[in-house]
Amino acid sequence: MPQPHWQHLEHGADIGVRGCAASLAEAFAQAALALTALVTAPGGIVEREAVTIECREADPELLLYDWLNALVYAMATRGLLFGRFQVAIEGDRLRATAYGEPVDRARHQPAVEVKGATMTGLEVRRSAQGEWSAQCIVDV
Amino acid sequence: MDLGKLEALSEHSWRIPAHGSMRVPGVIFASRGLLEAMDDKVYQQTCNVATLPGIVDAAYAMPDAHWGYGFPIGGVAAFDAEAGGVVSAGGVGFDISCGVRLLHTGLAEDDIRGAQRALADALFRDIPAGVGSHGALRLGAAAMEAMLRGGARWAVEQGFGSPEDLELIEEQGCMADAEPAQVSPEAKRRQRDEMGTLGSGNHYLEVQRVVRIYDERLAQAFGIRQGDIKISIHCGSRGLGHQIGTEFLRRMAVAANGFGIALPDRELACAPIASALGQQYLGAMRAACNCALANRQIITSLARETFARLLPRARLSLLFDVSHNTCKRETHRVDGRPRELYVHRKGATRAFGAGHPSLPPAYRAAGQPVLIGGTMGTASYVLAGTEAGMTLAFGSACHGAGRAMSRHQATRLWNGERLRDELAARGVLIRSPSWRGVAEEAPGAYKDVDAVAQVAELSGLARRVARLEPLVCIKG
Repeated sequence: MPQPHWQHLEHGADIGVRGCAASLAEAFAQAALALTALVTAPGGIVEREAVTIECREADPELLLYDWLNALVYAMATRGLLFGRFQVAIEGDRLRATAYGEPVDRARHQPAVEVKGATMTGLEVRRSAQGEWSAQCIVDV
Repeated sequence: MDLGKLEALSEHSWRIPAHGSMRVPGVIFASRGLLEAMDDKVYQQTCNVATLPGIVDAAYAMPDAHWGYGFPIGGVAAFDAEAGGVVSAGGVGFDISCGVRLLHTGLAEDDIRGAQRALADALFRDIPAGVGSHGALRLGAAAMEAMLRGGARWAVEQGFGSPEDLELIEEQGCMADAEPAQVSPEAKRRQRDEMGTLGSGNHYLEVQRVVRIYDERLAQAFGIRQGDIKISIHCGSRGLGHQIGTEFLRRMAVAANGFGIALPDRELACAPIASALGQQYLGAMRAACNCALANRQIITSLARETFARLLPRARLSLLFDVSHNTCKRETHRVDGRPRELYVHRKGATRAFGAGHPSLPPAYRAAGQPVLIGGTMGTASYVLAGTEAGMTLAFGSACHGAGRAMSRHQATRLWNGERLRDELAARGVLIRSPSWRGVAEEAPGAYKDVDAVAQVAELSGLARRVARLEPLVCIKG
């Protein structure tokens, strides 16, 4: 199975995020990295702060929607960028820690502000080879 | 887009016959050229909108339409509450009441020739733009409530501008029936430090010059002369609107089954207008409209301060302020009788014709100014709504050029700093906190705005009045 990875999806006006991994939780973590990468390169973010995020939802696609939007909210209200995510999903419950630092406009050169994760292209599935992918279009 | 699936109604309007679960046909306003270049997703999304309960006449797509989420960007659809019609959070979008405000300056091109660089630097310093920027205001609970009820009127009461400004804003600066209680604490928190900020993406403040007049009579009515310097502000309801969109989209998507609504795409999430959820959304959405109106009023005030310092002869007054992501209750004649409809315009503006009672007295004989936003290097347009347009798509027209390619494609083709230098060589000064953001918003990533404006006129949606080109662009 390939290593956990993320990618951006082409969309006419906006852009999509997709995370892929052997576990659902890691696919969610990778999708979150893709979200950060819309704004700045995740590798350039120093881990100075940790934020705990919890979501509860039985539908895995709505859980992804909630997870990404919880991150958008945390980024917007705390002025943070996150470069690493630890995610655990048990049943309908997601518990995560996002590690990052306050936006430094000179160093991070943030390209765009994410308005929200949308339900367009919202999809969580497992391939025949057992790999999870978690994706949606985000409004920027 | 495959033209084989469409019936030509005229040279510039095309019908998608109702098929499958569509309740009404789709209508796309476009030239053959624009249509051929249009994403197939616009076809699919227009068809999807046509399946929603209570939709009246047709699902419309404007000449700048492109792939959105749920609705196409450039989509217009009206719903009748009495016929089981719906209100859709996806049909308004996340950036509720995003819009364009155009200001006169009283200056001509020669007046700012030597001051262009200083003006660009000062506006960039004075107007918060981009990720991580904050406004000077921090709203407490009572001020937040008053702002969400009062819109630009509240901003004027706080000293941002004068009462005369309000007459030339859609809804006279205040959207009625806003319900701040329906706005979540999270949405209010997200807005706390964001009043008077431009945001990012395609939002901007531009200093523009009028390069062409198409209709002297209308231009005179709007106070536009060749060579005039104008200021264009494009932004919306910031974090508050984004959060309201996020929350209600989810609530409506989950509730749709219970309402017996089969959604072809979850992003079309909607609720009957007559339901509690529909009413809650309308109350919150109208509060977000007020947030956007207040935001553009504050930014206007910041621009006035900058101009007063650098070019004290300037007098910044409103030409008009119109939103392009809204759902509004309006009366339209359908089959000869007036009906109260909830008109969704997502990436589309109102374009009311002469004589409409909602128009400011100054423009009642001319029609409503329609403001089409630009793309840094290319032009913006002022159009005027027409009486004929009232029957074409509920008095609506396009809002911008519309994207022609994705952000990724744009960053592969352009480099932000090089683009800045190229535009500077052409006399357009760009200031932005993010060069990658500038590359993503490269003028070439958009459709040909001249073609879009021309088709808006040829299809009868609105008349061209003037073309403006940027001299300074502050990009979020």
